[in-house]
Amino acid sequence: MRGFRTLLFKEILRFWKVSFQTVLAPLVSTLLYLLVFSHVMSDHPDVYPGVTYAAFLIPGLTMMAMVQNAFANSSSSLVQSKVMGNMVFVLLTPLSHAEIFGAYVLAAMVRGLLVGAVVFVTGWVFFDVPIRQPLWTITFAVLSTALSGSLGILAGIWAEKFDQMAAWQNFVILPLTFLSGAFYSIHTLPPFWAALSRFNPFFYMIDGFRYGLLGSADISPWESLLIVGGACLALSWTTLAVLRSGWRLRN
Amino acid sequence: MTHAIEIRGVEKRFGDLQALKSVDLTVEKGEFFALLGPNGAGKTTLINILAGLSRPDAGVLKVMGYDVVRDYRAARRNLGVVPQELVFDPFLTVRESLELQSGYFGIANNGDWIEDLLSNLQLMDKADKNMRALSGGMKRRVLIAQALVHRPPVIVLDEPTAGVDVELRKVLWKFIQRLNHEGHTILLTTHYLEEAQTLCRRVGILKQGQIVALDTTENLLAGRSSQSLEDVFVAIMQDSGAGK
Repeated sequence: MRGFRTLLFKEILRFWKVSFQTVLAPLVSTLLYLLVFSHVMSDHPDVYPGVTYAAFLIPGLTMMAMVQNAFANSSSSLVQSKVMGNMVFVLLTPLSHAEIFGAYVLAAMVRGLLVGAVVFVTGWVFFDVPIRQPLWTITFAVLSTALSGSLGILAGIWAEKFDQMAAWQNFVILPLTFLSGAFYSIHTLPPFWAALSRFNPFFYMIDGFRYGLLGSADISPWESLLIVGGACLALSWTTLAVLRSGWRLRN
Repeated sequence: MTHAIEIRGVEKRFGDLQALKSVDLTVEKGEFFALLGPNGAGKTTLINILAGLSRPDAGVLKVMGYDVVRDYRAARRNLGVVPQELVFDPFLTVRESLELQSGYFGIANNGDWIEDLLSNLQLMDKADKNMRALSGGMKRRVLIAQALVHRPPVIVLDEPTAGVDVELRKVLWKFIQRLNHEGHTILLTTHYLEEAQTLCRRVGILKQGQIVALDTTENLLAGRSSQSLEDVFVAIMQDSGAGK
C-alpha cells in the first residue's frame, strides 16, 4: 500500500505545486461564466419553480469545472510523463496496474472535488443556492470525478503528443460538457436536441448533481445514478484492462 | 542455482524488424558483466524487456530467480535500472525524486541510504534544487541514485557515461565498484570499451539481435591475441558481418 500511497501523494503534489494554474485558473474562468450568464439571463423566468437562473447555473458550472479538471489531471500528468520520459520511474517499480489506476483516479478526484468545492462555495456566497440532498450531491460529485479521471487516464495513455491531448480537451470534453445542460434545462430544447442530449453522459452527471443541490432536475436522479454509475464501472474496467495490457506504455 | 539474470530464448519483433533473435544469457550473482554491441544491436531492447518496460514476444527472463512477467513485483524489487535517456520529473527536487522513488518500492524511513547516495554521488549541495536547475551530468547522477534507492541486488546501467565528463565517470565507477564488492551484480552497456575492459570480468556482444560472443574478458583478449577489447570488438563485428 505504501507504493500506492506514494504515487497518490506525488500526483496530488504535482497539481498542488502549480495550483495557480490547476485550481485558481478554473475558479476564475467559472466565476466569469457565472457573472456574465447570471447578469445576461437575470430576466429569464425561473427554470424550475422558485429556482433563479443563477441558482440553476451554479450546479452546472460546478460539475463542469469538476469533470474538466479531473480529466485534465490524469490526462496531462500521463502525457507529460510520457513525453518527458519520466514515466519510467513509475513503470520500473513493483506498482501493479490497479495501484497505478487507483492513484491516478484518486488524485484526479481530489483535484476535481477541490476545484468544485471552491467554485461552489464562491457561488454560494454570492447567490442563494440550497443543498437539499447532500447525499445525492456527494454521490454524483464522487462518481463524476472518478469517471472523468478514468477517461483522462485512457486519453493520456492513447495520446503521444500534447496536440493529441488538446484535441481530446477541445473536441470531446469541452463540447460534451457545454452541451450537457450546464447552462439550460433540456426541456427548453427542440425535441431532436433534447433527445440527443440523452446520449451525452455528462448530462446525467450534471442533472443528478443539480438534483442533489436544488431538489429539482430534468430526469429522475435514480436514472442518472444508473447511467453515471454504470459508465463509471465500464470505463474503470476498460482502463484497468488497458493498463494491464501495457498498451502504449510498456512497448 | 539461482542466477542474478537469466534470459532464455528471448525474441522481440517491431514490425518487420527482428530486434532480438532467440537470445540466451545468464549473469551470475556478484558479476560485473558488460553487454556490448553497436547502435541498434538490441541492448536497450533487451534491458527494457528485463525491466518490464517492454514485453517479449517469446522467451523467459528472470531476475534473482523471479520471472519478470509472472513475478514482476519481486523481479522489479531486485532490479535497479539506470535508463539511457536523461529523464527527470520537472516538478520535483532531487530529494523529493529520491524519497518518492523509495516510496514506490514500499520503503519507508530510507533517509540514511538517501543521504549516503547523495554523498557518494556528490549531490549533497543539489539535494533541494529543482531537477530543472541541474546540469546534464548532475541529472545523470540523480538517475543513478534513483535506480539504487531501493538497494537492488542487480543493477543495470544502460550507457551511464554517455556524454558525461571525466569527474562523473570517476565518481560513478568508484561507487559502482564499491557496490559490486559489496555483492551487487552489475550489468553494464557502454560504447567506451576501455571502461568495459577495466571493469568487467565477462562480456557478451550483441549484433543484430543475436549474441555473437560471450566469454570472460581474458578469454576474448587471448582468443584474438590482443591487449584491447576494442580491437576484439571490431574483429568480432567484422567476422559476424561476414557470416562466420
